[in-house]
Amino acid sequence: MTAITTPPAATERAAAPGKQPDQNNKLRAWATRAPLLPALVFLIVVTQLPFVATLVISLFDWNSLYPDAREFAGLANYAEVLGDSDLRNSVWTTILLTVTVVLVSLVLGLLLALLLDRKFKGRGIVRTLLIAPFLVVPVAAALLWKHVLFNPEYGLFNGLLSYVGGPQPDWISEMPLMAVEASLIWQWTPFMMLILLAGLQSRDHQQIEAARVDGASDWQIFRHLTLPHLRRYLELGALLGSIYIVQNFDAVFTLTSGGLGTANLPYTVYQTFYQAHENGLASAAGVLVVIGSLIIATFALRVVSSLFREEVSR
Amino acid sequence: MSATAVRTPAPVSDPPGARSKRLKGAGLGVLAWVVGLLFFLPIAWMALTSFHSEADAATNPPSFTAALTLDGYREFFGAGGGASPWPALINSTVASLTSTLLVLVLALPAAYALSIRPVKKWTDVLFFFLSTKMLPAVAGLLPLYLFAKNTGLLDNIWLLVVLYTSMNLPIAVWMMQSFLAEVPVAVIEAAQLDGAKLPTVLARIVAPIAAPGIAATALICFIFSWNELLFARVLTGVVAETAPVFLTSFITSQGLFLAKVCAASLVISLPVLAAGFAAQDKLVQGLSLGAVK
Repeated sequence: MTAITTPPAATERAAAPGKQPDQNNKLRAWATRAPLLPALVFLIVVTQLPFVATLVISLFDWNSLYPDAREFAGLANYAEVLGDSDLRNSVWTTILLTVTVVLVSLVLGLLLALLLDRKFKGRGIVRTLLIAPFLVVPVAAALLWKHVLFNPEYGLFNGLLSYVGGPQPDWISEMPLMAVEASLIWQWTPFMMLILLAGLQSRDHQQIEAARVDGASDWQIFRHLTLPHLRRYLELGALLGSIYIVQNFDAVFTLTSGGLGTANLPYTVYQTFYQAHENGLASAAGVLVVIGSLIIATFALRVVSSLFREEVSR
Repeated sequence: MSATAVRTPAPVSDPPGARSKRLKGAGLGVLAWVVGLLFFLPIAWMALTSFHSEADAATNPPSFTAALTLDGYREFFGAGGGASPWPALINSTVASLTSTLLVLVLALPAAYALSIRPVKKWTDVLFFFLSTKMLPAVAGLLPLYLFAKNTGLLDNIWLLVVLYTSMNLPIAVWMMQSFLAEVPVAVIEAAQLDGAKLPTVLARIVAPIAAPGIAATALICFIFSWNELLFARVLTGVVAETAPVFLTSFITSQGLFLAKVCAASLVISLPVLAAGFAAQDKLVQGLSLGAVK
């Protein structure tokens, strides 16, 4: 890549003496940049400006039902978000939900990737079957779990349990957060599996063969060769998964409507301004989601960039 | 993990060891099939239930062999007097296709300026694009809602088109950058030395190599737009409602309606399943933002 980045620098140096060529170079630099600008400007306007507005609104005491009572409140909204037990619970729920779903689907995804890394009859079909849950519209998947699987009277789970004379729990009422987590794990395990499978297939097979000839056991190969190689793929899966699941709205909204202690931050933001019309409070909660995401994102960007640089230098 | 088979240090394995190894291999193959079918079971059951009558769908223990019928689908498409899903399906199609097209129009030139003819500090620009994707949707939701309310854009499908474009643009730029970077620079330079103009280079050299990647990018953008709920739920109402918003009307139970729910979920998921399987080979690269090849 260095070969490509040098020409502009070189022409810049050559252009220093005269003014005419200098302008030419500027023109050329802008011609190189021009294709980039529409996308950049579009993104800044549509994503960054609204966030700045959220930041500003978060500093105001503003309920849209009483528009005249809007006044500057400083950091009072943040204090209220962190002081209110419901809102604090939703911070906790968000963390619990994200960590559980990411860890469980990562472990399941790793086991599935290891199974699929071997050759066996119908491997392509099994891979396709396993990807399918990820390709169900999230709301549809949540409806499927809520009505078709979890329904206490005629859901599939209790139906199958009744064959063996098992208990007939009311899944969503008795274990609401686990119900939400189960449906999300079902959808996100394929995602983790795909990333880890790609990682497994990029291993150095000669090295593994050599280790095997030297008498290393399957477990030793996994522990000392495969796992270190997979480390960054595991990190990438965990971080990308976290970014998506921290933001999850669909499953919480559909399965429990945020009830029974399952309201996470995105749902709380939605509810605070859409139903309670507390604009300032909702914005403060939104800013907190952003801060949480940014912390995860910083790590995610580091992992992506290390994989990326390796790719570029290859 | 049968230890005897693995511990044999010599590459020439003795017959019993080889047999146990083959047995283990077959066992793991069967296990993979069992797990694959288990993961698919909810979808298979959803499909089967969608073809059952409502009475057969709501039995405990489940009736696997009940008579098949299209009643669930008829109900879903409004035969029983319910709301027709067609406006929502059309809205979703318009929003997903148009935003995907817009994404391609904006992302292709950007990816070109980040790979084939890169600007200075192109990696920084690339990472700026990615960082905007890390900003959660709720970050700008309220201002967007207030903006739409004050400009009369509430319940307007074109607002969703713009938002879906911004949602997918970073992913698309990343994916396309990684696909365009696979085009060998030497070939492009050789063609330019031979006097080929930019459009010729793009059409003859870049397009054929990058086309599968561009197609996969489009499919993934389509999936994300089709799936989106939060923006659609907050910013649309009766007129611009999308398919996922239509599905939310099934959140509260309405008597016996399992077959209808299954039919609805399946029909609305079909475009995503089709697009996902079509893009299967490039799915990982897209979902990992080009970090995994």
